[in-house]
Amino acid sequence: MAGKKSPWGGGSGNGGDNDKPTGSNGGDKPKGPRNPWLPPGGGDDGRRAPNIEDIFKNRGPEGPRRGGGGGGSNFRFPQRPGGKSWFPVAVVAIIGLGLVATSFHLIGPQQEAVVKTLGNYTRKMEPGLNFSAPFPIETVDVEDVEGVRTVRIPGNNSQAKLILTGDQNLVDLSYIVRWNIKDLEGFKFRVVDPEETVNEAAEAAMRASVAETELDETFSGQGRAAIEQDVRERMQATLDSYGAGVRVLGVEIEKADPPAQVVDAFRDVQVAEQNADAARNQARGYAQQVLAQAEGEAEAFDKVYEQYRLAPQVTRQRLYYETMERVLSQTDKTIVETNNVTPYLPLPEIRRRAQEPTTTITAPEGQ
Amino acid sequence: MSSFFQDHRNSLLALGVAIVAFMMSAYVVPEEEQVVIIRTGNPVGVVNTPGGETGAGLYLRVPFIDSVRRIEKRLLDLEMNDEEVLSADQQRLLVNAYARFRITDPVRMVERAGTTDGVRNALEPILNSVLRQELGRRTFQSMLTAERGSALANVRANLDRQARQYGAEVVDVKIMRTDLPEAPLQSAFRRMESDREREARTIRAGGSRDARIIRAEADAEAARIYAESFGKDAEFYDFYRAMQSYDATFSNGENPSESSIILSPDNEYLRQFRGRR
Repeated sequence: MAGKKSPWGGGSGNGGDNDKPTGSNGGDKPKGPRNPWLPPGGGDDGRRAPNIEDIFKNRGPEGPRRGGGGGGSNFRFPQRPGGKSWFPVAVVAIIGLGLVATSFHLIGPQQEAVVKTLGNYTRKMEPGLNFSAPFPIETVDVEDVEGVRTVRIPGNNSQAKLILTGDQNLVDLSYIVRWNIKDLEGFKFRVVDPEETVNEAAEAAMRASVAETELDETFSGQGRAAIEQDVRERMQATLDSYGAGVRVLGVEIEKADPPAQVVDAFRDVQVAEQNADAARNQARGYAQQVLAQAEGEAEAFDKVYEQYRLAPQVTRQRLYYETMERVLSQTDKTIVETNNVTPYLPLPEIRRRAQEPTTTITAPEGQ
Repeated sequence: MSSFFQDHRNSLLALGVAIVAFMMSAYVVPEEEQVVIIRTGNPVGVVNTPGGETGAGLYLRVPFIDSVRRIEKRLLDLEMNDEEVLSADQQRLLVNAYARFRITDPVRMVERAGTTDGVRNALEPILNSVLRQELGRRTFQSMLTAERGSALANVRANLDRQARQYGAEVVDVKIMRTDLPEAPLQSAFRRMESDREREARTIRAGGSRDARIIRAEADAEAARIYAESFGKDAEFYDFYRAMQSYDATFSNGENPSESSIILSPDNEYLRQFRGRR
């Protein structure tokens, strides 16, 4: 038994020789722990040509031959009834299971998959149950094509994103790009990093668009809508020219604000607008008041005048006496006989009153 | 356990050797990659190049002698860091651009640049200087307008010409950011601020102008109403208004006996008082 080497690579597994009698493999094979699936080093500048080894390593739990048969190293398989080992049976079973598992593919309703036969893109899988040749021969790459992906720019870093506008002002802009996959083949095989490409295309398109827009337009709803539309079209054109297989569903500007450094000045403009509106409103109030008063007075005069016209002399006299009555009943009256006498004015009396506001008047001559 | 190996030792060994030999000579070229086969240092063949005859798939090589150099077939990106560029009107601008390129001639690329990173390293300073040249010919303002498109087309063409020497093709050059450096940034802020101040002033002035006009129009309208009504009999209006005026002036309802009136007996009011006729 000591002379036999396992065709699976002997004890290349991790510490597998502890309970195996073939412990001398280190002696008769200098590169003992080396994995036989790897080509000799130095053959091609360190790059491992046959990728199948990598593929197996990445298979996860069902990868049956990880480490070159190491599975059989750490414990002794129970004996079959005929005295033979279960080991080969187990290996075959695991490989078989892996082959079967990699042949059935359930593609979800939103998904599509590209199938590569020995690396060569051969076909696409539509939603439903699909079959392929087992794993090493055909690889299946499933991708969510319908699902909408969202990118927020700028990302989570709180730094303000200042963009130059056409009138050389700056606007602090953040926006969301929604996209999904239009053409899975292009998405997979044309561009190295499609997500990053989308981000960069969005950034370039947004900056180009804003650079052709005036600052005030970026704040107005209509201007924003125009920018969003423009960016979407530019992005789509750019990505199509790359063959990236991406469909840009929409660009939404979340926020377009003046930069924090000048935000006070912008607020002052709003305040000014409100001030101006307030001034206009006050003036309108005044106007209504003045007009109402004018209409009222004119109307009152018209009414009196109507009556006056019917009996001018009498109305006039009546108005005169009524007014004089009111006036004189509320004031102190002094009647001075002027004919040949120097009038004596009760000056102390008047002076006493002069401490309060006093009006002195000589009576009007005639009516 | 060992009986299985003993029984089939030779066939298993042969199988193992066959598998190892196959693994060493076979290689898979995936859809995303192109391959240059290098035999003792010289490129002797290519697989899955853009526009080439062979596609992706399984290929064989001579073990140990042929080595396989894998090269990205998809579109690669080349990013330029923030660079301060001087425009034709001596304005400084921070520019950040990217280029998209793909390897179209892998043999030349392997010979001249070695790897795709080598191509990147070679193209980066070229992109940088081409961009500087092109933008330096234009004014700051024109970089912000549609003219930018034509500038970038020139940059792309120039860069592409250089890139061909490395077996690469430049598909697109785009400016990602054009920003102002710190000092011009501050002055831009000041300018924006003063712009807004001016705007605020204009708005306020406009408001007070409108307010004045509204008031004046109301006054004029009121005057018209008065004139229309009172003008019917100016003489009576004089009398009527005088009566109102006396009322308002002398018969102050709140504090009555504040005024003194000295009446002459000639007064019209006292005509009846004197009993004369």
